Amino acid sequence: MSTTANEAPRSRGKAPAGERVADWADGRLGIYSLAKANMRKIFPDHWSFMLGEICLYSFIIIILTGVYLTLFFHPSMNEVTYHGSYVPLQGQLMSEAYASTLDISFDVRGGLLIRQIHHWAALIFLAGMFVHMMRVFFTGAFRKPREINWLFGFLLLVLGMFTGFTGYSLPDDLLSGTGIRFMEGAILSVPIVGTYISFFLFGGEFPGHDFVARFYSIHILLLPGIMLGLVVGHLILVFYHKHTQFAGPGKTNKNVVGMPLLPVYMAKAGGFFFLVFGVIAAVSAIATINPIWAIGPYRPDQVSTGAQPDWYMGFSEGLIRVMPGWEINFWGHTLALGVFIPLLIFPLVLVAIAVYPFIESWVTGDKREHHILDRPRNAPTRTAFGVAWMTVYFVLLIGGGNDLWATHFHLSINAITWFVRIAFFVGPVLAFIATKRICLGLQRRDKEKVLHGRESGIIKRLPHGEFIEVHEPLSQEQLHTLTAHDQYRPAEIGPTVDENGVERKVSRGEKLRAKLSESYYGEESQIPKPTVEEYKEITSGHGHH
Amino acid sequence: MKKLSARRRHPLAALVVLLLALACTGGLYAAFAPASKAQADETAQSLAIDEGKKLYAVGCASCHGTGGQGTTDGPSLVGVGAAAVDFQVGTGRMPAQQPGAQVPKKKVIYSQAEIDQLAAYIASLGAGPAVPSEEKYGPEGADIAKGGELFRTNCAQCHNFTGKGGALTHGKYAPTLEGVDPKHIYEAMQTGPQNMPSFPDTTLSEQNKKDIIAYLDAVNGDDTVEPGGLSLGGLGPVSEGLFAWVFGLGALIAVAVWVAARTAKAKKS
Repeated sequence: MSTTANEAPRSRGKAPAGERVADWADGRLGIYSLAKANMRKIFPDHWSFMLGEICLYSFIIIILTGVYLTLFFHPSMNEVTYHGSYVPLQGQLMSEAYASTLDISFDVRGGLLIRQIHHWAALIFLAGMFVHMMRVFFTGAFRKPREINWLFGFLLLVLGMFTGFTGYSLPDDLLSGTGIRFMEGAILSVPIVGTYISFFLFGGEFPGHDFVARFYSIHILLLPGIMLGLVVGHLILVFYHKHTQFAGPGKTNKNVVGMPLLPVYMAKAGGFFFLVFGVIAAVSAIATINPIWAIGPYRPDQVSTGAQPDWYMGFSEGLIRVMPGWEINFWGHTLALGVFIPLLIFPLVLVAIAVYPFIESWVTGDKREHHILDRPRNAPTRTAFGVAWMTVYFVLLIGGGNDLWATHFHLSINAITWFVRIAFFVGPVLAFIATKRICLGLQRRDKEKVLHGRESGIIKRLPHGEFIEVHEPLSQEQLHTLTAHDQYRPAEIGPTVDENGVERKVSRGEKLRAKLSESYYGEESQIPKPTVEEYKEITSGHGHH
Repeated sequence: MKKLSARRRHPLAALVVLLLALACTGGLYAAFAPASKAQADETAQSLAIDEGKKLYAVGCASCHGTGGQGTTDGPSLVGVGAAAVDFQVGTGRMPAQQPGAQVPKKKVIYSQAEIDQLAAYIASLGAGPAVPSEEKYGPEGADIAKGGELFRTNCAQCHNFTGKGGALTHGKYAPTLEGVDPKHIYEAMQTGPQNMPSFPDTTLSEQNKKDIIAYLDAVNGDDTVEPGGLSLGGLGPVSEGLFAWVFGLGALIAVAVWVAARTAKAKKS
């Protein structure tokens, strides 16, 4: 009896192990519908869509290595005498934080490599976010419905900067101590509340005994916690919105052309994670980063030349370095404008790029969803603005490293400082104009290519002796790709007189918008893309090239 | 005594006292003055001075004046001492090629013997610091850690944490200390060449200077170990940031392009 009962299900064959596991999990988590909906999620293929992945993976690497470092790091400013294995510091007084960082570097197995991976990955993470943000910016991927995800990404960049800065400050070496002193000076320059904030932050006079422990909590708990949440939100939104794609045959605003998440993208992304880890590990094994042993322990009475923050804070260093040392003294108070003004400009530089998408959507008044990316040339004003912003950023980076520019290019540091002061204002304007002209030139070129075909490089001699170059017509796919973009018309101020002949008041905002719209999409700002009639007329063959 | 005291107002009394005093001084001098062995040295010394003077007249006088008194093109060399000459000429900075923000170091064109002769001549113009002997800058008895502390307190502001150099105003700079002869570092501290302040023994004792030199040898010498790999110039976060962008992110973008190019193709049926 029992044997037959057992044999009955076997005759239909036992389900394979994978199916049973899936069934078990679905019965408890209800993941079937979730997996069904998402496993076939399509992702388009383009190398620039992997920049975000570089950030995600380096963030994971930073978390993993950071956990290892917390096992050995002592976030304490107690003074100790060093007796570790680095000879040139033996017998020196230093904080426990610094001593434990030396121990991680010299006495913990694999400690130095892990430290270097952590730090290199941080620099690459920030650089990756920067480039990723620029990719999103220049292709217009921030447009509806992705504005919130743009802000999530922007917040990640800003939080990443401050997480990096607090981490850079933890070892309590002479370089990071100088950086903290710099920050303290900036805080002190805030009128009225500056001194209070500084005393609150440092628990008294700088440097005090508290800041390493406080920065430690901020660095390993508070900021990364928020960042992790934002990363998850960022990814959920990417999933929800689906990925954008470049224009091309078969690609519309309503579909996504690419490969499914499973198995193709899972394999690709998983492999890419290991490639990212491999590259960062190789960089960390090859090159030193932040050799705190050579830098020495922090003492407020010491300072070194070449004291800069990590690159992502470099533009704030530049702001301070090139600002004239203005000061106002009144009734026994000092307003240190030379520090306070840079402190005010610092967030403005960042906010300028963050709010741009909202300004653009206000100017265009476009409420449609956009899933097809722009080519940068087809949005000349946006592209020009982005390049102008990057120019400001890069000019400030030059200011932040003005001493190294001076020594390595045999220049006067004063000349560089003056160059930065002028270029801070002039550079973005020139960059804006130049970029816009280049974009328009490229648009003309596209138009020419569509109408007259590709230059083939073949020179033909006609019977009557004339030489012409043969142009090859583009394929249908290429023609589509080059003409797929929308072109806006400048928004005009509506009729100022209503149907009853009553004059209405045109608000100042409306006028500004019309003016901006004209500068975005007026005759000077875009080349009308070729129409079908133009194409037909030219290609109908009147014997000319 | 009474007889002596009675004659102390004698017109010749002053003369007698003067004679006695002279005899006394002369006698003391004869007793304590260095013996005649100095004679040979002196002639060698004066020979060196003579030779140095000739070299000086050819290589230096156009800017520093025929007697080392200085001109509008070059400072006075009276009292700079032999150490200053040994440093400036021994590192090739002098004779200068052209005036500028700062005179760079270059190929040394005088032999050490000639430099010594020049130094002897300049030293003869007025007293100044002498060329240090080897035990003053040698590694024996030096405290490297103490030297590091002193270096960070006194030198790092211009020369960077480990002496990689740095910028000063208007095109001037603190040069790198990599590969600089310990003797020259000692002389530079003592004499303060060009834009560098001088650190005489009253400011940085002989032992302190020795410690600093030993520290530099430990962190910026030929045998310095770089436990973390390439030091990227030891210039801090600027070169690290550049490296991260170019080789870190650059490599990753190259990898991304490579991965994206190798996509699974849809099966063509």
